[in-house]
Amino acid sequence: MSTLAHEHDHAPSGLKRWLCSTNHKDIGTLYLIFALTMFFVGGAMAMVIRAELFEPGLQYVDPQFYNSMVTVHALVMIFGAVMPAGVGLANWMIPLMIGAPDMALPRMNNMSFWILPFGFALLLSTLFMDGGAPAGGWTMYPPLVLQTGDAFPFLIFAVHFLGISSIMGAINIIATVFNMRAPGMTLMKMPLFVWTWVITSFLLIASLPVLAGAVTMLLTDKYFGTSFFDAAGGGDPVMFQHIFWFFGHPEVYILALPAFGIISQVIPAFARKPLFGYASMVYATASIALLSFVVWAHHMFTVGMPLKGELFFMYATMLIAVPTGVKVFNWMATMWRGAMTFETPMLFAIAFVILFTIGGFSGVMLGMTPVDFQYHDTYFVVAHFHYVLLTGAVFALMSAVYYWLPKWTGYMYDEKLGKIHFWLSAISSNVLFFPQHFLGLAGMPRRIPDYNIQFADFNMISSIGGFAYGLSQLLFVYIVIKCALGGKKAKDRVWEGAKGLEWYVPSPAPHHTFETPPKLTKEMLEH
Amino acid sequence: MAGKDIYYVPHGSKWPLVGSLALFTTFIGGGMLLNSAPGAKYVLLLGAAAIVYMFAGWFAEVIAESIGGKYSKQVDTSFRMGMGWFIFSEVMFFAAFFGALYYARVFSIPWLGGEGNGGINGTHEFLWSSFQASWPMNVMPDPSKFTQYSDVIPAWGVPAVNTAILLTSGLTVTFAHWALKNAERAKLSFWLFATVALGFIFVFLQAEEYAHAMGDLNLTLNSGIYGSTFYMLTGFHGFHVTMGAVMLLIILLRCLKGHFSNKDHFAFEAVAWYWHFVDVVWLGLFIFVYWV
Repeated sequence: MSTLAHEHDHAPSGLKRWLCSTNHKDIGTLYLIFALTMFFVGGAMAMVIRAELFEPGLQYVDPQFYNSMVTVHALVMIFGAVMPAGVGLANWMIPLMIGAPDMALPRMNNMSFWILPFGFALLLSTLFMDGGAPAGGWTMYPPLVLQTGDAFPFLIFAVHFLGISSIMGAINIIATVFNMRAPGMTLMKMPLFVWTWVITSFLLIASLPVLAGAVTMLLTDKYFGTSFFDAAGGGDPVMFQHIFWFFGHPEVYILALPAFGIISQVIPAFARKPLFGYASMVYATASIALLSFVVWAHHMFTVGMPLKGELFFMYATMLIAVPTGVKVFNWMATMWRGAMTFETPMLFAIAFVILFTIGGFSGVMLGMTPVDFQYHDTYFVVAHFHYVLLTGAVFALMSAVYYWLPKWTGYMYDEKLGKIHFWLSAISSNVLFFPQHFLGLAGMPRRIPDYNIQFADFNMISSIGGFAYGLSQLLFVYIVIKCALGGKKAKDRVWEGAKGLEWYVPSPAPHHTFETPPKLTKEMLEH
Repeated sequence: MAGKDIYYVPHGSKWPLVGSLALFTTFIGGGMLLNSAPGAKYVLLLGAAAIVYMFAGWFAEVIAESIGGKYSKQVDTSFRMGMGWFIFSEVMFFAAFFGALYYARVFSIPWLGGEGNGGINGTHEFLWSSFQASWPMNVMPDPSKFTQYSDVIPAWGVPAVNTAILLTSGLTVTFAHWALKNAERAKLSFWLFATVALGFIFVFLQAEEYAHAMGDLNLTLNSGIYGSTFYMLTGFHGFHVTMGAVMLLIILLRCLKGHFSNKDHFAFEAVAWYWHFVDVVWLGLFIFVYWV
């Protein structure tokens, strides 16, 4: 098998390599390490939440701090863990997958990353401020959020700051994919991971500025006397919800689409079959992205909208199930009669397909206006979005790390430990989140530190699952560090059935990959 | 320019890190200022100075590399895509504020006046039953909390003049571009200077109009949803025009230094795109904020 090797390979040394980097692999590594760190910061907050909910009554923290934990956990996990992990993977893999030397705008790429630690310094510093960290929920609904103390401007500026980072990252990915593909890598030959990231980037650039506008209005409402969200001055608090969710719903797909891309890489590799319905996958992804801009008000059915609005947003939401169904059936058809093996990446990918679908179904339930009045703001919603985000997005990210880790480090990870990590994660996350469906249907509200005695058993089960999931992730850190330090040498084509240009590059991938456009053969372009 | 057969990756640079730190400092300063913390304005000033330093340093490096002939056609295309999508993100930022304006005019004010949904949910009946929907709405639902204004800025005064100024500046910048492409240096400088001048005249007239609105008409940010949308939309636009005019000025100075050839002048084009973008946003403002 031919490899696209490189003769002189030198990485700059010392701190400057990381601080002033223009290398997509180094920046990708920084993103991934940052995301993992934030995963544990946000995870620690989740542990506080589950500890408090272990038993009814108030045990460990006061309600204000509990609400801060709920709020900051969400912001950290969304903006600090899942999004940066996705961008980190995009940084590492997109240039390798399309035959580019690097990202299109390498210096801007570095700034996208370096904003993140400073942005989170801004956000996390609010935990130590007068009046505590923001506690009105990550959705920042007025008028509640306007009661935040000294933390308020720092919350708003952190959102602006992180938004700048994401927009720059997205511009970079679009420019890379449209401008840096090697000759022969036509759009419809690109790996699906690349496709999902282009579409995600479009969502980022279209939706994050709207969030920036919304939080700017919050800021001027609190400090400069405007009345965007004050009915006494002719505004409307509900207007914030409309603007926020115009961002918020595409944001959901910003978290989910890269996961779809990962799964579309991993399943064909371990089923040893080409991806079923490649073109339909591309079109389904694009349809989901476009539809995501016209469904936002399904997050606010109970707020008091005209009936026509409720009906429109319900039907538009149901429509999303169609392209999503296309994807799920395509993944199943890819596995159908495949010569499947079940290494860790494949285990996470299959779990993703099953558990994301459960989250998708509960999403359809929530999307139906009449019944949403029952489910709204209950633990059913919490169960729903953790199925799509944790057993969905996070499982896909785990799958991606196991799939590409040997390419990054040059060593195989410990397969046995990887499988143990998978089973611990898969079981504990279901123990954690499945009972929350029942709690929600029985009427337990979200974002409240105490609950009725009737919810005690399911909450205790859920908390035990939570602690188990949290502990299991320490094993993941151990596996990654162990793999980075050494082990069995990885082959260039790490997985026998894996397709794509990245497997023609040596393992570990050299610091600079393509200095001249690679000559692509037909087999390099297979899916 | 180098050909497409060799890829170009720029060497490492401190500017991204400086930029992140500069923004970080600015945001801390801003947060401190809003919390009335001592010394806030010095932190804010330090941050702003660092942002200027970052822009100057980063652009100086890029300009030197560009003039040094390091950039390929492919790098040029990356810059073009970057600028285009950046402008798109700016469009979406303004869309949020236009959305707020439409929402207030089409939904929240009529509802507060008792129409449609407002008649069902009881806000009008129980909270402010004497409120009557109107636009511009100079009697708020709860007048005690807000600054009442006597009048709004009519469309067919200064705003119409400003529309003419910005549209003309869109033409002059195009004339300058044609002159640059035909390598007519004197014409280029003349038309570009005219564009910069028109830009600053626009900002000056806008500032005069603000002074009139606040001083004589008592129209402020605190004047209910009309004042909020009026000042936030025109204010962010005015800020963008100011930035655009400064960018044009820098491009003018670079033209005078002979930085651009008639074939290779992306910086000029990027600023021209930006200028057209602020122009189009203004047309939206003129129609929906001032006119209808």
